[in-house]
Amino acid sequence: MKLVCPAGNYPMLKAAVDNGADAVYIGFRDDTNARHFAGLNFNDNSAAKAIRYAHDRDRKVYVTINTYPQQSGWDRWQRAVDISVDLGIDALIVADIGLMAYIAETYPDIAIHLSVQGSATNREALQFYQEHFNVHRAVIPRVLSMPQVEQLAIDSPVELEVFGFGNMCVMVEGRCLLSSYATGESPNNFGACSPGSAVRWQETDDELEVRVNNVLVDRFPKGDHAGYPVICKGRYRVAGDTYHAIEEPTSLNTLELLPELCQAGVTAVKIEGRQRSTAYVSKVTRVWRQAIDHCLSNPQDFQAKAEWMQALASISEGRQTTLGAYSRPWQ
Amino acid sequence: MQLSLGPILYYWPRQSIETFYEQLADMPVSVVYLGETVCAKRRSLSAAEWIELARQLAANTDKQIVLSTLALIEAGSELSGVKKLCNNGELLIEANEMGAVHLLSGKKLPFVGGAGLNIYNAHTLTRLAALGLQRWVAPIEISHNALSAILSDAPALGLSEDVETEVFSFGRLPLAYSARCFTARYHNLPKDDCQYKCIDYPQGLPMDSQEGENFLTINGVQTQSGAITHLLPYWQEMEQLGVSLMRISPQPEGTTEIIQHYHQSIKGETKTVSTIEPYLSSPICDGYWCGEAGMIAVREVTA
Repeated sequence: MKLVCPAGNYPMLKAAVDNGADAVYIGFRDDTNARHFAGLNFNDNSAAKAIRYAHDRDRKVYVTINTYPQQSGWDRWQRAVDISVDLGIDALIVADIGLMAYIAETYPDIAIHLSVQGSATNREALQFYQEHFNVHRAVIPRVLSMPQVEQLAIDSPVELEVFGFGNMCVMVEGRCLLSSYATGESPNNFGACSPGSAVRWQETDDELEVRVNNVLVDRFPKGDHAGYPVICKGRYRVAGDTYHAIEEPTSLNTLELLPELCQAGVTAVKIEGRQRSTAYVSKVTRVWRQAIDHCLSNPQDFQAKAEWMQALASISEGRQTTLGAYSRPWQ
Repeated sequence: MQLSLGPILYYWPRQSIETFYEQLADMPVSVVYLGETVCAKRRSLSAAEWIELARQLAANTDKQIVLSTLALIEAGSELSGVKKLCNNGELLIEANEMGAVHLLSGKKLPFVGGAGLNIYNAHTLTRLAALGLQRWVAPIEISHNALSAILSDAPALGLSEDVETEVFSFGRLPLAYSARCFTARYHNLPKDDCQYKCIDYPQGLPMDSQEGENFLTINGVQTQSGAITHLLPYWQEMEQLGVSLMRISPQPEGTTEIIQHYHQSIKGETKTVSTIEPYLSSPICDGYWCGEAGMIAVREVTA
């Protein structure tokens, strides 16, 4: 079981490598990746430095080019691929079929990982990407239950990577337009969800309101923890009831499923959070490294230690974690 | 410009579905999409019964009848249902995710690419056309300018002129899919024991902001827009781009009248054109097409 960790800048990459990541994934400073945030990500020089640091320590670097190229900007996506290959990356994480075709034809030796944004949730979809573009690994959306993951691992023609920890998409990744419905910009077309420019915090006498492009997404009593207003974690009114109609602010944490995931033959577990801090990456990587080593050496006796779970809860959105779709009752 | 009728996105009882399709003769659409695309638990009609209904309609009308597949396939049983549709032997299929594309292209069958295939550029479109795509529905969030760029660059990449483009033009927009059922969540029920509550909401369950704005609509595992997209005012610019079909998504009331209104407006039958306002159960939006936030209404409703 390989541990794949996020890095939004060079210090985060070092933190991931130093704390035991097997691979680190990064993106460039534009809309070619799904964490297109101001001040985040790599340029050609910092990417080269990052790759050197990781390769010197025998770790891998993946580059995410996982938004859907707009026709008018096609060259930007193609250039991101060319630069990555020049820099000597170990795999490209891609969602778009056109871009995959370009990679498969231009650089047949480069490993393609199907991004979670590619929304492949079943055997036939995985076969499609394998047959046509020689995809090597697929990151599967956070919608499958544990038995479904197990079945898919048996049937899959490619390696599987699953999400282990971090912010949780409730919707199938790559198939969610809630952000662009409210703001015009989505993960697919822009690489952002509830982009910061559309978010407005407003204090009233006793409340904090948060709006996304003027839509009231939530209001909090003063002093309450207020999470980032992605549309799916807001509080809305349905037939007179006001509640988190889609999902509460919570993070995914599948640490306790590690033995099952290993047993199922899942190749890698992915940590979300390129937009988080160096401290976050250090902490989450350290915990997962220990847990994976523990699980691999003694799978029968594996138990998620309380100190691990506490460490992960302390850096979770909304200070709570869930098994998400892996657990059937969540669905 | 021609019109199409999308699949019914809600859970309607069998009787309502049958009654709805009995009115097809009064609907001037050239293409009809049929089938359950949202949730495999909805069983008003089984896969075999959808195929049978589609065959009957194909035999009794001059419309092209297309079977539409499930948008999110997780379980093996769901995949089997999609296989049944793909193996029907005669009718065209709309593939709504890549698994169905693989089943169809593996059999060298032509297919329609649904809006969920994420075709955002001419390279992807051309690649899928080489695998059998003969018509595509543009992604819901696509703008006029983005579609224009795709359609003007595609021929140079080898896209055949025969590939048709369709735009989701009327109805609540399908925005997202999840493993979680939000209708069941509203009723505090687990999805595995949802008690088929969706059947109580023939046009979904409104999900408003705390200020009462009709923001989104719950439809089981699907989340839709609160506003109704209405792109009739743009039909001429669509036609200029090369769009050949405007899709109208079924509503429980007034679908025939809405289609008539679109048809009459496009044919220039201005004297007889009916009004559409009585059939708008929510405010309208057209932001995506105009390059804005999807929920925005750039133009007022016009006759």
